[in-house]
Amino acid sequence: MNKDLKASAPTDSEIVLGILNNSEVVLRRLYTAYFPMILQLIINNNGDEDDAKDIYQEAIIVLYNKIKSGDFELNSKLKTYIYSVCRRLWLKRLSQMNRYGGDIRDFEEHLPVEEEVDDHSDRDIQFGKMESALRLLGEPCKTIMEDFYIKNRSMQEICERFGYTNADNAKTQKYKCLQRLKKLFFQQK
Amino acid sequence: MSDNQITQFIERYLDGSMTAAERTEFELLRKNDAAIESKFAEHVQFIALMKQYGERLELEKRLNAIHDEIDVHALKEELTIHPVWIVRMWRNHHSKISVAASVLIFAVLSILIVTGKLSSDKSRYEELSQKINTIDHKVKIIGAGARTPVKPKALASAPANFRGTGFALTSNGYLVTDYHVIKNADSVYVQNAAGESFHAKVIYTEPQYDLAILQINDSTFKNLGPVPYNVKKAESDLGENVYTSGYPGDNVVYGYGALTSAANYAGDTTEYMVSIPVNPGNSGGPLLDEKGNVIGILTARQTQMAGAAFAKKSIYLLKTIQNIPTDSLSRTLNLNNKNTLAGLNRKQQLKKLKNYVFMVKVYNQ
Repeated sequence: MNKDLKASAPTDSEIVLGILNNSEVVLRRLYTAYFPMILQLIINNNGDEDDAKDIYQEAIIVLYNKIKSGDFELNSKLKTYIYSVCRRLWLKRLSQMNRYGGDIRDFEEHLPVEEEVDDHSDRDIQFGKMESALRLLGEPCKTIMEDFYIKNRSMQEICERFGYTNADNAKTQKYKCLQRLKKLFFQQK
Repeated sequence: MSDNQITQFIERYLDGSMTAAERTEFELLRKNDAAIESKFAEHVQFIALMKQYGERLELEKRLNAIHDEIDVHALKEELTIHPVWIVRMWRNHHSKISVAASVLIFAVLSILIVTGKLSSDKSRYEELSQKINTIDHKVKIIGAGARTPVKPKALASAPANFRGTGFALTSNGYLVTDYHVIKNADSVYVQNAAGESFHAKVIYTEPQYDLAILQINDSTFKNLGPVPYNVKKAESDLGENVYTSGYPGDNVVYGYGALTSAANYAGDTTEYMVSIPVNPGNSGGPLLDEKGNVIGILTARQTQMAGAAFAKKSIYLLKTIQNIPTDSLSRTLNLNNKNTLAGLNRKQQLKKLKNYVFMVKVYNQ
């Protein structure tokens, strides 16, 4: 079965280059190449396909960010790396749900990846805070923030979209919103 | 300077829209005012985090789109490790199996409880059996029917299919036994204490009293000599010491006890209840009182209570004898009126008695 999975897998260097170049095709090939491996891991260790999806996507994100950050060195096969990250994430999830029986059925070799996973979790917490701060901010501030800071839209566009007659008004509104967003973000524990 | 103005400066500084002079001034401000500097750092970090957050959302969207193209269900089927069939069956059907097992256990327990087999409470158990007794009047007929059946043989010495006890009424070979002992018999042999077997013929039966009259019709049979006991015509009293002699096994067995009731459990007043340990095979044996009068014929014992047995009252033996059609009698059947056991002690009584008590062996197909 593993042979079949490998057959369509892109090479590791293809993947690294592809991600650095934002290649959608490579991302797709990466994703489809190793998902079955992780699905197998999760469903045979007390999880279901939705758990597998969550865990696998987290692992892909960890890998993606690591490659993007530029400090990724190919010390092992990507496959092993992905498997290790997923395994670590799943063990963590299982113990959070009190479903971990102290035993995991393994299908691949694995590496110690605690540090990466913990960094990733820390960042996830930050993102969670950001998400809830934006939600609490409400409209129109939320959209203004997203348009300006995330989607990099110009103030001119935002003005038109929200019907501000004057760019200064829009700017003042934007600063107020940012101020509130920061407050909401830092207030959270 | 308000927060908004500071933010504005920071943003303008960052997006390069400041003039060279403004930049220098702002850099100086940051250098001199730690609060401004930390606000600057915080802003940079915060905006970066927001951007990363946006990128994350974008990436997740892309991954979800890719994920949606995968046939997860088919993959799942393929990748699930299928345990051996018994484990799989248990996982898939454990609720059904559990229910079935529970029902079975419940049924078995209910049956055990209802039949009283489970109860360890002895007194309750006896109470229950007594209840059954009064309702059903279940008595077990004494007969050696439970003994290993062997193919019948014409030989008198062969083991019988069915066995009981009988005793002599007259010296010329008339015997009485229980009807249930000889019922369905193809042939009947009687055996005396010396081990001699004689062929006997059933000449009369009285099923309603469970009595049967046999006649020994064997050429080797010699006159028994005067019968030492007589048959009592009156009813005996409660508490009377009684004894019996019979063949529950291959040798004659003596049993004694007392007359405990003038009726059996069923309320049938044709029988006495006696407390004598009897066994199948005692059926048809004589029940004698202290003086050696035959007061009854053993018929049955209580299955539910140890030591309780029943004996047909002697008056019914007399009635049965009267009912025998005269043409059935090839010899005279005159009961002995003289009791020669009366003055003897029990050992001597038994010694005399032994020659008049027979093992009744029944053969049938």
